[in-house]
Amino acid sequence: MIQIIGLEKSFDGQKVLQGVNMTIADREVVAIIGESGGGKTVLLRHMIGLMKPDKGSIMVDGADMLKMSKGELDKVRDRFGIVFQGSALFDSMTIFENVVFPLREKTDYAESDILDKGRRALEDVGLKGVDEKYPSEISGGMKRRVALARALILEPTTIFFDEPTTGLDPIILNSIHRLIINTHKKYGFTGIIISHEIPEIFAVADKVAMLYGGRIVASGTPDEIKSENDPVVKQFVGASCD
Amino acid sequence: MEKFIRILGSRALGTLRTMGKMVIFLAESLYLIVVPPFKFRYLFRQIRFFGTKSLMVILLTGAFTGMVLAIQLFYTLRKFGSDALLGPAVALALIRELGPVLSALMITGRAGSSLTAEIGIMRISEQIDALTTMALNPLRYLSVPNILAAVIAFPLLAAVYDVIGIYGGYLVGVKLLGMSSGTYFSQMEHFVEMSDIRMGIYKSVSFGVIVSWVSCFKGFYTNESGYGAEGVSKSTTEAVVMASVLILIWDYFIGSVLV
Ligand SMILES: Nc1ncnc2c1ncn2[C@@H]1O[C@H](COP(=O)(O)OP(=O)(O)OP(=O)(O)O)[C@@H](O)[C@H]1O
Ligand SMILES: [Mg+2]
Repeated sequence: MIQIIGLEKSFDGQKVLQGVNMTIADREVVAIIGESGGGKTVLLRHMIGLMKPDKGSIMVDGADMLKMSKGELDKVRDRFGIVFQGSALFDSMTIFENVVFPLREKTDYAESDILDKGRRALEDVGLKGVDEKYPSEISGGMKRRVALARALILEPTTIFFDEPTTGLDPIILNSIHRLIINTHKKYGFTGIIISHEIPEIFAVADKVAMLYGGRIVASGTPDEIKSENDPVVKQFVGASCD
Repeated sequence: MEKFIRILGSRALGTLRTMGKMVIFLAESLYLIVVPPFKFRYLFRQIRFFGTKSLMVILLTGAFTGMVLAIQLFYTLRKFGSDALLGPAVALALIRELGPVLSALMITGRAGSSLTAEIGIMRISEQIDALTTMALNPLRYLSVPNILAAVIAFPLLAAVYDVIGIYGGYLVGVKLLGMSSGTYFSQMEHFVEMSDIRMGIYKSVSFGVIVSWVSCFKGFYTNESGYGAEGVSKSTTEAVVMASVLILIWDYFIGSVLV
């Protein structure tokens, strides 16, 4: 379980998060929606320990993330898989090496198993024939999928997706969403998905939270969000639905 | 006035903080060098990186340095009637001083700068964050292989610089100024001692540490020079300037201590 309590963060006087409260239960898939520049990525970077808040705390399974030693934090991170907004693939490695990198560095599987798993992971995200290419040689949407394959390969228990489908065509978008749903059925991870895909994301998420003005202004099941009366939420969800 | 002092103070504190961070960065990297797991794959790649990036410019500048040295020293030595010592004079100047220093400066411009840019781009495109969140220590993949590779590559490149420079001096001294080639080389064997060569190696090794350390550090903390591409270009410039200055300062210290 991840609990975010009164999280505040500002950059040079610009208040980005102003008291975010949120609870994410185990095995739950939560979608975070909100306007561009609203602080969704900043919130996610706090959850994975890349940023320190000015105020507030983040509890992972009851332990305060900010009070953890580096070793303890690494233990928590071992269970995390992350798809960064910019994919964050390693430029100096081929696509295949990128995908199997976590396997090579964190497990002692035999080489043949690594090759097997890597090939399967790339197939799962619908990528073929790009194994030997470098990240600079493939499109943004393909990078996104490689990043997804890399994040899933260690079968993490908590996965953070920062806009995994933005900029992809509708067919790929649906196949990625289906992939998330299927892997979730199979492994039952906790998922935190930042997304602009409304209403498509409603079919993936168990819960939706809307970040606005540095706070979570609404959260609930997709149906609850759809019938929410708050004008901001209504406008945001409605505008994308029509 | 008070404002001036305050600015001065915050600048000084900022500088001090950066220095502290640099020392910690180096200390952690050196610690990781001796503690497994080792990443040999990255080490070999980085040795090749330093070598291939810098070899051409080392050959070119080495040859011309030797030639200039020969011309300058020839006229000076002839004034004292000891132009027979041209060979050892060129060799000693190169081996003890100019080879290590100039080759290090060349490598800084060639490989050090692109190292900073590469790591800086890894920082701004969240590749370093990706390593961190995989619970891997980024230094093990970035600074450790580079420091080791530099410690190996710098003396080798300095040696190439020396040899090419001595040959350049030979061209000028023997082919142009008419010395006998026997004198040029035999006197060299006589005067150049193992301690001189050792001095050159010590210098190269320490320059290797300085350049890789500064380059990696500046790339790693690119975000602090500014954001995006501008931050990368700024930290690249800073890395080259800082590494060059440190090379010359350290050269003086090591030269005056080791003699
Ligand atoms: N490291 C930083 N330093 C200064 N300001 C930052 C930093 N990171 C983010 N910000 C600011 O915080 C605000 C929120 O940014 P964030 O990236 O979280 O938006 P977002 O909700 O993810 O938007 P998008 O949907 O476009 O990805 C922006 O105004 C941005 O300028
Ligand atoms: Mg974002």
